[in-house]
Amino acid sequence: MHLTTNTILICAGGACISSGEESVKEALERKIKEYNLQDAIEIVETGCMGACSLGPIMVIYPEGIYYQKLTPEAAEKIVEEHLLKGRVVEEYLYQGDKDKLIPQPQKEIPFFSRQVKIATRNLGVIDPLNIEEYIARDGYFALHKALKEMTPEEVIKVIKDSGLRGRGGAGFPTGLKWEFARKSPGDEKYMICNADEGDPGAFMDRSILEGDPHTIIEAMTIAAYAIGANKGFVYVRAEYPIAIERLSAALNQAREYGFLGENILGTDFSFDIEIRIGAGAFVCGEETALINSIEGERGQPRVKPPYPAQKGLWNKPSNINNVETLACVPPIIINGPEWFRQWGTEKSPGTKVFALAGKVKNTGLVEVPMGITLRELIYEIGGGSPTGKKIKAVQTGGPSGGVIPEEYFDTPVDYESLNNLGAIVGSGGMIVLDEDDCMVDVAKFFLEFSVDESCGKCTPCREGNKIMYEILDKITRGEGTEEDIELLEKLGNTIKDSSLCGLGQTAPNPVLSTLRYYKEEYLAHVRDKKCPAKKCRDLISYVIDPEKCVGCTACARVCPVNCINGEVRKVHEIDQSQCIKCGSCIEVCRFGAISKVSPAIE
Amino acid sequence: MPKIKSLEDLMKIKENTLKNVKMRELGKRGKIIVAMGTCGIAAGAKETLNAIVEALNESNIDDIAVVQSGCMGLCEVEPTVKVEIEGETPVVYGHVNPENAKKIVKKHILAGELVGELIVKQGKE
Amino acid sequence: MLECCEKHAELYNELEKYIKSLEGKKGILINVLHKAQELFGWLPQEVQEYVAEKLNISPSTVHGVVTFYNFFSTKPKGKNQIKICLGTACYVKGADRVMERFLSELGVEEGEVTEDGNFSVHGVRCLGACSMAPVVLVGEKDFFGKVTPDMVPTIIKKYKEEGK
Repeated sequence: MHLTTNTILICAGGACISSGEESVKEALERKIKEYNLQDAIEIVETGCMGACSLGPIMVIYPEGIYYQKLTPEAAEKIVEEHLLKGRVVEEYLYQGDKDKLIPQPQKEIPFFSRQVKIATRNLGVIDPLNIEEYIARDGYFALHKALKEMTPEEVIKVIKDSGLRGRGGAGFPTGLKWEFARKSPGDEKYMICNADEGDPGAFMDRSILEGDPHTIIEAMTIAAYAIGANKGFVYVRAEYPIAIERLSAALNQAREYGFLGENILGTDFSFDIEIRIGAGAFVCGEETALINSIEGERGQPRVKPPYPAQKGLWNKPSNINNVETLACVPPIIINGPEWFRQWGTEKSPGTKVFALAGKVKNTGLVEVPMGITLRELIYEIGGGSPTGKKIKAVQTGGPSGGVIPEEYFDTPVDYESLNNLGAIVGSGGMIVLDEDDCMVDVAKFFLEFSVDESCGKCTPCREGNKIMYEILDKITRGEGTEEDIELLEKLGNTIKDSSLCGLGQTAPNPVLSTLRYYKEEYLAHVRDKKCPAKKCRDLISYVIDPEKCVGCTACARVCPVNCINGEVRKVHEIDQSQCIKCGSCIEVCRFGAISKVSPAIE
Repeated sequence: MPKIKSLEDLMKIKENTLKNVKMRELGKRGKIIVAMGTCGIAAGAKETLNAIVEALNESNIDDIAVVQSGCMGLCEVEPTVKVEIEGETPVVYGHVNPENAKKIVKKHILAGELVGELIVKQGKE
Repeated sequence: MLECCEKHAELYNELEKYIKSLEGKKGILINVLHKAQELFGWLPQEVQEYVAEKLNISPSTVHGVVTFYNFFSTKPKGKNQIKICLGTACYVKGADRVMERFLSELGVEEGEVTEDGNFSVHGVRCLGACSMAPVVLVGEKDFFGKVTPDMVPTIIKKYKEEGK
């Protein structure tokens, strides 16, 4: 077997062909043969790489060198210089942004090219348990700069000027928060990192803690210096055992290297961090509830004001920032506020990490500039629907957020625009919903979550949300009335206005936003006893299409209640009175003969 | 470890790490990085890691380090593995189940060939 | 209720050691309860009372905290706790059906322990692995991604065999 030492990918997209790709390829082949290299070098024609104005274009692996504006002569020279002698031919080097090129057939996924990684800059790049790899990526340089070259006021000014806003959901300006804590009188202050990532569907904080724990340690130390705290806490969910493990290891390393502890980096500033583990209460993501939980109490929110900046942990001035927010801090300190502002919008500068999940092809974490449209996010980066079914809406912001229908997908993603649509950026969870998802059912799902997680302190949230949930349940069972829908709206608005904390104030959002855009779905449930998405169990029936059924008996065998009757090679039938609507039969039918219908067959 | 006090201390660590000094001191010519976030582990990254170590041992390869990293974001193609050989463009592979892991060791590490059908990304970061 | 056998004396000892190691720290009740649950598997009343006494707080305060947080259990759990993520992504990808299958395969209700003490099934809050939805976590670190109802018997079998 011969060994291929180089692979040449030459772009055979339309533009490159019209600018002479074929003659370049011929020249390459001729020259390669001349030097008897044909066994060692493979030439592959690829699809369009995307830099059409600079074609013909090619890339030589394994080095990954890109050449542009090729001619047959250029090709000959490259064979002689690059392939034979290993010297890069400068004059044809590609000048553009290499990251934008997409060489096929090494199928690159556009998933990466649209991203700007700030908070997630080290994820998957460094070994989270190796502090030196973090340092090699400019880790702890920001801490050095802050501690030795800047006053706390200057640090705060940089963060304020950058326009960084809290990434945990509310979007409050981070620099301002630091300033309040700084100005609040007291010798004892606390710096707290909120890693109680409770929104179902959001997992960026977990990923950052697992993949780059040092960035949180560095940022917390910078923040502590800015506000004047000597003690810090990271409050992590118990559901994230790996994150806890890696953060603990990173804390020990940081102490060993002198980034935590007494006299950090030889200055007179001292600071240390302790991990506190949550115990499974969503409301603890609310900052005053989180403070109570760190104190070892029930995690119930406190009345604000006083804000934590005045009276926080053990009634001392405290500053609380979310994980993703903190992860943006070190690069901002190093590169300055203007650098950060080159991305995003005027009011929402920088980037935001989104967790794409649900009915979308490329599920995962993406960090993109604020202001990107939902369409770009879901179709270009997310790759659209994995099944070809129509995407119906996206749910943002978890149980505090709302749904945004497909018609609005050209909206830029920033705090204000999404608020105007009745949704929120929130912590950045984006659950893509398709035509199989029932909006009443989705709203009910979130309400059930909020009811379960309500701490019970204030009545509107404790009782009001429960009643809303019961109404929704009634509707999905086909027992709702039009008055119920009106009541939902009224109750929702009252709960929003009168609840004590963020959980209660936002809990009705999923209902109100689905009512706003999908009222006809609610009406179909109450008027026609019909679930348009065919999701609500009480409103659907499974049926076998006699035209398609070949009598293979697969469904009858899998049915847990034996309610499918029929002989081999004869059409089968479902006994509706026995059917529990478990859906097992539809999964095993290879002939597409079983479908759901709504309303249910009596 | 003496505590770090100056910019010079930091620079020194940065440069040494970037130059892979440690890797070379240990006699390594490259490394395989397995993404081990919770999502990676849910997709079977532990089995992948084991398969890689096994395959390297079977072929008596001791100049490749196996390390872990956090999630690189594209969870859909988990488990993901990055191969970094000195002087070559790093390559990220997706859907690396134990079988594919062995293939990567055999083709990429041993024979120096890329495993085209598994590549999700080439180039730095 | 717990019998006061030797094994438990040992566990109490270890808990006491842990409490001592936290001396000087404020607000440690939740840490201590985590440790206690790790040792005993759940938080029976006696353990709660023990913690209250050691930390010099009232048993009602301890009980209040225990019942507030989902993570703390006042009921015994199975040797293998099967936790089914009921986050949004898992829900829209069919976690409810995975849950049903686990319950019917094991013949238990949610939160109940199987007769042999081997398993209990719990619906849990988002585990943060949404891209692998639906996700099931067995014990503390064994994650299973993209679980379909049909995979359920295989998962159960794996732990049954390990237990042998």
